[in-house]
Amino acid sequence: MSFADFISLGPLITLFTAVVISMLLIAFKRNHRITYVFSLLAYLMALTAIIPAMLYIPHTVPPLLVVDEFSLFNTGLVLTSGLIILLLSYNYFEEREERKEEYYLLLPLATTGALVLVVSRHFMSLFLGLEILSISLYGLIAYLRARERSDEAGIKYLILAALSSAFLLFGMALVYAFTGHMDFPGIGAALRQAGYIPVTVLAGFGMMLIGIGFKLGVVPFHMWAPDIYEGAPLPVSAFIATISKGGMLVVLIRFYVDIHGNDYSMIWWMLAIVAVASMFVGNWLALTQQNIKRILAYSSIAHMGYILVAFLSGVQTGLEAISFYLVAYFITSIGAFGVLIVMSSSIQDAETLDDYRSMFWRYPWVATVFTAMLLSLAGIPLTAGFIGKFYIVMAGVNGHMWFLLFMLVINSVIGLYYYIRIIAMMFKSLATGEVTYIKPSLPVAGNITLMLLTLLLVGLGIYPTAMMQLIQQMMKMIV
Amino acid sequence: MILLLLILIPLAGALLSWIAASRNVLWSRCIALASLLVNLVIVGQIWATHAATGGQWIYQYKADWVPHFGISLNLAMDGLSLLMLVLTFFLGALSVLISWKEINQRVGFFHFNLLFVLTGITGVFLTMDLFLFYFFWEMMLIPMYFLIGIWGHERREYAANKFFIFTQAGGLLMLLAILALYFIHGANTGVYTYDYFSLLHTPMQQDTARWLMLGFLIAFLVKLPAVPFHTWLPDAHTEAPTAGSVILAGLLLKTGAYGILRLVLPLFPEAAAHYAPWIMFLGVLGIIYGGMLAYAQNDLKRLIAYTSVSHMGFVLVGAFSFNTLAYEGVVMQMIAHGISTGALFIIAGALYERIHTRNIQDMGGLWSKVPVMGSATMIFVMASLGLPGLGNFVAEFLILLGSWQADRWITVFATIGLVVATAYSLRIMQKVFFGPSHQQYALPDLNKRELVIIVALVAAILLLGLHPQPVLNTSQKTDYVVR
Repeated sequence: MSFADFISLGPLITLFTAVVISMLLIAFKRNHRITYVFSLLAYLMALTAIIPAMLYIPHTVPPLLVVDEFSLFNTGLVLTSGLIILLLSYNYFEEREERKEEYYLLLPLATTGALVLVVSRHFMSLFLGLEILSISLYGLIAYLRARERSDEAGIKYLILAALSSAFLLFGMALVYAFTGHMDFPGIGAALRQAGYIPVTVLAGFGMMLIGIGFKLGVVPFHMWAPDIYEGAPLPVSAFIATISKGGMLVVLIRFYVDIHGNDYSMIWWMLAIVAVASMFVGNWLALTQQNIKRILAYSSIAHMGYILVAFLSGVQTGLEAISFYLVAYFITSIGAFGVLIVMSSSIQDAETLDDYRSMFWRYPWVATVFTAMLLSLAGIPLTAGFIGKFYIVMAGVNGHMWFLLFMLVINSVIGLYYYIRIIAMMFKSLATGEVTYIKPSLPVAGNITLMLLTLLLVGLGIYPTAMMQLIQQMMKMIV
Repeated sequence: MILLLLILIPLAGALLSWIAASRNVLWSRCIALASLLVNLVIVGQIWATHAATGGQWIYQYKADWVPHFGISLNLAMDGLSLLMLVLTFFLGALSVLISWKEINQRVGFFHFNLLFVLTGITGVFLTMDLFLFYFFWEMMLIPMYFLIGIWGHERREYAANKFFIFTQAGGLLMLLAILALYFIHGANTGVYTYDYFSLLHTPMQQDTARWLMLGFLIAFLVKLPAVPFHTWLPDAHTEAPTAGSVILAGLLLKTGAYGILRLVLPLFPEAAAHYAPWIMFLGVLGIIYGGMLAYAQNDLKRLIAYTSVSHMGFVLVGAFSFNTLAYEGVVMQMIAHGISTGALFIIAGALYERIHTRNIQDMGGLWSKVPVMGSATMIFVMASLGLPGLGNFVAEFLILLGSWQADRWITVFATIGLVVATAYSLRIMQKVFFGPSHQQYALPDLNKRELVIIVALVAAILLLGLHPQPVLNTSQKTDYVVR
């Protein structure tokens, strides 16, 4: 391993080393606060490690990994999101669980898995990253052992993730059998040379889609999402909604670009059907839910559908749109889960719609944040979500995807209904009579984090130029 | 710069009045009123000094926003925008005044939303950048949703949701059309921009133009509203608080009409002409159908809401007649309808405050108890049915004159609408103020604050009817599409 390799993979190595040290730390002395602060420092150091890594880009670590602007940007995104989720976690676990320290091993470990995905350009590293991520998630989802739903969710995820990994492996084997390559550019070159996609490879892609689609939570591989969002501890749900999906999406983009996916209409059609189905199923099933975690789960299914529309547009703008949308979606989702975390009491999570009744008059500040997050999910101006959705539609128009765009428009309207239903619930006037409201914990750190997220959300909504320029420049490099 | 100020003042007022409300509710009201009055004075000043002179554009302002996409903060004011802004701030200030006693809960947030809607409307009337247009267009939805959903009457949530979903659906179609126009222009000329002036005269195929025009048109037809997209309107207008109804009827509907005049006709003249007979037919349908439905209503606010559908039908007929007479009429109708319908909503609100019902079957014989309110209602009812001497007469007369040149049968049927208008307007007077009184209400007449509001409105509608020339002169400065 050369010095340049070492520096380029700095963020990954830092975080991974930190996990090992923190394990020793826990063995030495169990203390929630110390472990927490150490993990925070680890994330911050990993983030700073990006700066020297920028000197060497683009840098390939053959044959497994590649560090270019695209992967560094996403590394930053994943690490920042991880840091924010960590900030929101402390109070949540402090109130709930006796043995809380191991959470701070699993979370950075899962983040490491996502980081590996972000830099991978080879089936091996893809699978490695995926498994690091998945296996840590089994533990994270079932972390609150005392809760029945938590256990159920953990086992459900374990079985389904293992099954989908098996599909993914089989798919990879089929692709390898024909092309003789496991690195993405090699596969792309081999396919281009062949000039067509033989049935084996197509079957391979189909099976890989099952594995990838499961992680992304797109229809028809979405069944797990609502149950696991509902059962998992809230910070973990936020992690699954953002980092786990984002990491997978980044690999998917790299794979698709490297194999020139746009040239093969079969692949396009497979993804198009998945996109339309995700939008409709996600939005449709969210309409009648009473549980906010489930609503967010279905809404994230629909949002993956929107992202796929940009993906399928086949133009440069599409990839930019995905990156921007991911940033907006990360901020918004973490913000929304953050509100749920802040509003939850030590006895129960604030998850039913009724818990949020007339919240605006009881906790105006948190309700404002939640409103902003929901409006961003719905794509209303002054929020990052609006610019993101605008970017996606723009990519679609640019690529003449009229059918997909009409589906997107119809779905945006359907989606609007359940977002404003939550908002309307928060604005209902105080009910008279015997009502026991949930007693939220409202930790200070959580509130500050939420404030920062809101500022970021509105900032990106009003002045998106800087972020757009960054993304545009980085996308020029990979295509 | 002054144009940017016109947008920023109500925005600042919105934030300040929200903050101030936590200390003193009265300050909040005063700040809201003051910021709108300042703007009213500014636009009044502009009207007085610049209206008669110079070219089409009185002021222009341009600054980069997202240069990467060709989005700029591009504002401009011509005669049409100027008139719409005068109406906006006039009705806006009155809306604050009528809420003085009606809104007692969460006053700060109420004024925040009220001023925020007005900011959005101001932006729509001023911007010459299509992205920004869509931005402001969407921006007015949320605060309006809150205004209806929080301070409305019994079925407020249903109405608010319906309003939001209808307008948002239309808006998204417009977004698709805007983006398509952007890329077509970019592909043909190499310049990717949302600038209105550049996008005018974009060369494109006939079919494409027609599809794009429909994208824009549907958004505006929903907002206007035209049959069959009107069903959100009676619910929203009925359930909204008085100030909300005034802003909805007086201003929000006008953004639809403004969009047709500013975007649909100039951007796609050929396509608009192609569909003109059908759209005029929709207009006439609205005039008659809206009028008939209005006649059948027992809820006073719902009745007034349906009259809006009927009156906006005239706007549609006029706008697609493609001649100057009709355009003058349309602009006049937008203003006169804003004032007369706004006034009727204010009176309905005042009545509701006193007797807590909107059902006209429970009213009757109120004239002897509230003669001042009765005579004020009489004036606006007469305006609504198109009595000469009041603003609406001038408007509808000009529209019919213009549309006669375009399509005679359409005009004939539109004229039937005037008869229907007479029927429903007189029914209001008959049921509410005359006839036997079913219940013995003890109710006070208009107080000083209400009197100020009503007098201002009466003066405006009389001035429009008796001396319409200044308005017509100003509106002539706008360059309409004539064939």
